[in-house]
Amino acid sequence: MEAELAARLVADLAWVRPELLLVGFVLIGTLVGAWGGDRSAGVLSGGAVLVLIIAAALSFGQHPEAPLPVFNGALAIDGYGAFAKGVIGLAAAATLLLGADRFARSNARRFEFPLLVALSAIGMFVMASANDLITLYVGLELQSLAAYVLAAFRRDDARSSEAGLKYFVLGALASGLLLYGASLIYGFTGSVRFDLIAQAAPSGGIGLVFGLVFLICGLAFKLSAAPFHMWTPDVYEGAPTPVTAFFAAAPKLAAVALLARVLLGPFGELTDQWRQVIMALAAFSLVIGAFIALAQTNIKRLMAYSSIHNVGFALMALAAGGAQGASAALVYMTIYLPTTIGIFAGILAMRRDGEDVETIDDLSGLATRKPWLAMLLTALMFSVAGIPPLAGFLGKYVTITAAIGAGLWPLAVIAVVATVVSAGYYLNLIKVMWVNPPAAPLMPTGPTVALTAGAATLLVFPGLVIAFGWITQAATTAALTSFP
Amino acid sequence: MQGLLVEYLPIVVFLVIAAAMGAGFMIAAGVFAPSSPDKEKVSAYECGFNAFDDARMKFDVKFYLVSILFIIFDLEVAFLFPWAITLDQGSLFAFWSMMAFLGVLTVGFIYEWKKGALEWE
Amino acid sequence: MVEAIAFYVLAAVAIASAFAVVSVRNPVHAVLFLILTFFNAAGLFVLLGAEFLAMLLVVVYVGAVAVLFLFVVMMLDVDFVELKQGFLSYAPLGGVVAALILAEMLLVTGAVRTSAAFTDKPAGLPDGITNAERIGRVLYTDYLLHFQLAGLVLFVAMIGAIVLTLRKRTGVKRQDVSAQVGRTRKQAVELKDVRPGQGLG
Repeated sequence: MEAELAARLVADLAWVRPELLLVGFVLIGTLVGAWGGDRSAGVLSGGAVLVLIIAAALSFGQHPEAPLPVFNGALAIDGYGAFAKGVIGLAAAATLLLGADRFARSNARRFEFPLLVALSAIGMFVMASANDLITLYVGLELQSLAAYVLAAFRRDDARSSEAGLKYFVLGALASGLLLYGASLIYGFTGSVRFDLIAQAAPSGGIGLVFGLVFLICGLAFKLSAAPFHMWTPDVYEGAPTPVTAFFAAAPKLAAVALLARVLLGPFGELTDQWRQVIMALAAFSLVIGAFIALAQTNIKRLMAYSSIHNVGFALMALAAGGAQGASAALVYMTIYLPTTIGIFAGILAMRRDGEDVETIDDLSGLATRKPWLAMLLTALMFSVAGIPPLAGFLGKYVTITAAIGAGLWPLAVIAVVATVVSAGYYLNLIKVMWVNPPAAPLMPTGPTVALTAGAATLLVFPGLVIAFGWITQAATTAALTSFP
Repeated sequence: MQGLLVEYLPIVVFLVIAAAMGAGFMIAAGVFAPSSPDKEKVSAYECGFNAFDDARMKFDVKFYLVSILFIIFDLEVAFLFPWAITLDQGSLFAFWSMMAFLGVLTVGFIYEWKKGALEWE
Repeated sequence: MVEAIAFYVLAAVAIASAFAVVSVRNPVHAVLFLILTFFNAAGLFVLLGAEFLAMLLVVVYVGAVAVLFLFVVMMLDVDFVELKQGFLSYAPLGGVVAALILAEMLLVTGAVRTSAAFTDKPAGLPDGITNAERIGRVLYTDYLLHFQLAGLVLFVAMIGAIVLTLRKRTGVKRQDVSAQVGRTRKQAVELKDVRPGQGLG
């Protein structure tokens, strides 16, 4: 019995090779950094990028026939998690590359940066394949804790410290909500494991619904879905720009994947109960993200509202429910991530007198100063605004189709209207870049950010457009094996 | 359940004695001690200066660093208790499981050491 | 009977001292009341039979967290009178939130009575096995992943605390044992040939 359990657990280790690889890297990297100091930052950043890409590739390769519970049901290895983890790993690697480059250029590099990103990625990997409430919480906390530190990474900068503190206090509140919900769910179903909760859910009654709503609120906080979005603009604005790029990409997908897992796994039977909550979150996010962004003058705050708006689309897909909704959310985020990373690479490419450019006015006349960058940013903005034939349009198309397929007409209409409004501020940015008179000259752009922005643009068009069929196919298959 | 509570009887007795003694001394001081305050006697200093400033002041952040690191190792120790109790039941896997856990934290400890977080300057 | 009395005493003191935490003027007293709350909560855990949790509450919360809090309020340059100014103006809103949470608690408590999961007693181990031992039997094997992830969370906390607060000061004389021991006579002493009557130029 004892030996059999031990043998099973050891055998399960083979399924978490991506996570083990990352853990091994972090431990060795910490030792290297402890002796080498900040001189080893470059080596560790490169190593972390490499390890994240390998981990992503290993995750993509995991395709068990049916969801495979490992570690006594603490994790589930399945197609959905594998797909999400692959994209998370690549997005984290891209943003880490941007960050390492920026910190190296501003002589502020510290070897803890790649380590914290890798630790956060471990948390995200765990979130993407969590199969019980404790794993869910610990994974989320691992991801968030590293993120709090990253937000306050420039500790001598008052805004960065403020961002870290706000993020931490509100994140702790969200964790409290989430834990309260989890304890209610455990109380009313008698288990923390998703499969056992699913069995007990139909007879859970009102207490279980309370627990579920608390859990969703906690997750919505981490996802920065309105009305739990208050922290997002401040944190995005205050955190160092490369860290903001990191926040805007991989953690969003991890949270969406986790929410999909929670809603469709243990609470698949309670779809009617949670659908209204998710619909409300989606509608609020879509509208608030679109309208309040119109009034922003800071690019990072604008991107914060943009990310709230875009999370609304993923939530709308989840509200549609079922494997189709889950796969639409995954496809949407897969398309959104390269776009947002590309835009942040563009923002990072613009520096003036050693300072990051942050206001929209600073973009004035970018087309004359840096025509290539302006073109790349324009393509990315068109994509995120949802203009065909760019990839962003396909993402919006898939989610809206999923919502209509589930009969959620009002939500689909809200999404279309909000998209039109949001196109307003993206187009305004493009206008500022191309029409307004040029602002003061910018510093030369480094190769890394230029390459990242270029690659993101190539992905937006034509890369993802051509691969769109394949991605949808893969995501649908993944969702179907995970949530039959 | 009754048996469990009986096991805690010594602690309850101990607490009662401690509380009774603490309260007893305070009451005794209030009742028996001579006390005839006047304005000058209860002022901040009977002789000398009034307080110049608030006693609170900004303290160096390294005090907090030490106590935060203490909390982290405190939690680590908390994980050791159940492990130590069940160690004689011969689960080799549990032993190595704890070794891995301690290994991670040892790496953290080496990091602290090399960074100089444990040095007082 | 004894149990009921113990429960009501502990619960009443816990609630009263929790209220005192937010209402007393002196922040140091507030932290002391917080410690009292922790002790009473630990007592409640003992009544539930969760002795290990009670011990953790005393060791971790009273022993470390509350001491850190005390540290902060005693040493931080914060004007607490000013901090409390907004208390009364926020009180109505806070009251509404508290009432909402109370209502939810009551609803949930009502649901507990009808739920099946709560009437089933957990299938416990035979008596005579302590709490800590029960936890020890499963934590390191059945819950391996959670245990190791908790280790990683602690690891992040270590790195985070150092990244955010550790500063290297220049111009401070540190003890460096190996450098001090490794010092040779040549580095320490310089012999000058002093000519009579000319001094050390």
